[in-house]
Amino acid sequence: MLTLVVFVMLLSSAAVMVYVERKVAAMLQQRVGPYLVGPRGLLQPLADVIKLMFKEELRPLAADRFLFALAPIISATAAFSAFAVVPFGAETTFFGLLDTPMRLQVSDVNVAILVVFAIASMSVYGVVLAGWSSNSKYSLLGGLRASAQMISYELSYGLALASVLVMANSLSLTGIVNHQAGTWLGFIPRWFVFIQPVGFLVYMTAGIAETNRAPFDFPEAEQELVAGYHTEYSSMSFAMFFLAEYINMVTVSAVATDLFLGGWHGPFLPESLGWIWFLAKVSAILFFYVWMRWTLPRYRYDQLMAFGWKVLLPIAAVNLLATAAGVLYFGL
Amino acid sequence: MGSDLLFYIFGAVAVGASLAVIGQRNPIYSVLLLILSFGALSGLYILLDAPFVAVIQIIVYAGAIMVLFLFVVMLLNAPHEETDYDERVHPLLRAGPTRFGVVLAIGLIAELWWALTKGRETGPFGDGSVSSVAAIGRSLFTEYSFQFEVTSVLILVAMVGAVVLARREPKSEGRP
Repeated sequence: MLTLVVFVMLLSSAAVMVYVERKVAAMLQQRVGPYLVGPRGLLQPLADVIKLMFKEELRPLAADRFLFALAPIISATAAFSAFAVVPFGAETTFFGLLDTPMRLQVSDVNVAILVVFAIASMSVYGVVLAGWSSNSKYSLLGGLRASAQMISYELSYGLALASVLVMANSLSLTGIVNHQAGTWLGFIPRWFVFIQPVGFLVYMTAGIAETNRAPFDFPEAEQELVAGYHTEYSSMSFAMFFLAEYINMVTVSAVATDLFLGGWHGPFLPESLGWIWFLAKVSAILFFYVWMRWTLPRYRYDQLMAFGWKVLLPIAAVNLLATAAGVLYFGL
Repeated sequence: MGSDLLFYIFGAVAVGASLAVIGQRNPIYSVLLLILSFGALSGLYILLDAPFVAVIQIIVYAGAIMVLFLFVVMLLNAPHEETDYDERVHPLLRAGPTRFGVVLAIGLIAELWWALTKGRETGPFGDGSVSSVAAIGRSLFTEYSFQFEVTSVLILVAMVGAVVLARREPKSEGRP
């Protein structure tokens, strides 16, 4: 039951994100954005979906038939399954609607943080296989760039995760969130972002690179690679890549909220309404994502690699060492 | 009953995928089947109540190493193995591989026989669960610290070797 709710929620969050992205982009460029379909263009995502469904499904003659069909499925599956271990609220009865309190998490795994990491590392296969199986130059280059970029940034991503779990002394996301309950001096919430600002920055940077969003959207750099790995895809198989990108964004934001921003803990609201805080924090990060995309220009590819290996990785490693030393000697 | 059924499903997938890896002519498909086999193995680890090992299996083998492997295969762009054998004979039935395979199979059967008849070993994780990350870490850095360090030196050697092999002679300074 909860699984179905989360599935529908993720699907609709992708639809909402499509609308938000187009509206925010329009605001930043002093345009109006979608306004014809529905009030204030609110039904635009629906129109997009209908358009994609009725488009013709094309497949290049030289493409590898099986892998060409498999790649979008891998992408979408990996995107959906990562959210299964992410908790998004404390136990709640929804204002007495339910008899027993329900945990707002599809499945509570005690190594949840590693599961998220593992599924993130599997999602690269969808992109790489799409690039290879299309049998087109642009797609292949996009796929190769994606794998190189994702391997490079996965290390920093993992080290940023590790610095949090050293502090919380737990691999379970629920445990990490509960470690952030309460306040310092009565008004500063005990969120990890205040003691791990470097870890948070590294996590967000690597997270943007992992989800292939601007300014790190090299796998699909339009000016150089047409559309990168999904150049040859159309109709619903293209829609699956699109869906996977937005759901990955939501997952990265939700994990960031759990790890650094105190999850569902926040002032003014009782714990049973914590999911409202969670939604607010995730929305803020998602808005930041969109804002970044329309503000910053794309890096150059060699700059991206140099940044990942020579700047981000050393920072993440030193941060992890310092955190471990702090926990060991000062009992942070 | 459920976990028994899952064991047989994962076991069958692991064995079937591994067989398909070596019976496959297209290297890309071999690589992908190997990933499938790793995935099934990690399912078996979960059934053994060792979720940490299962997830590490996915991260290290299926995630990191296989991406590099796939990278190499794609860059070589070899849709079929180039051999000087008769293409009509299935790769598994050729003379050289068959003899070598028989030797390996005999060795494997002997090892399995030895391991299964030796009796149960009860080490630190003999009958408990391996789900505790702290327990794994502690034994890795105390009891098995020598093996751990030796492995890391081995990996360092491999890294240095890869850098030496891949390095171009510095003819001109500039961007790679």
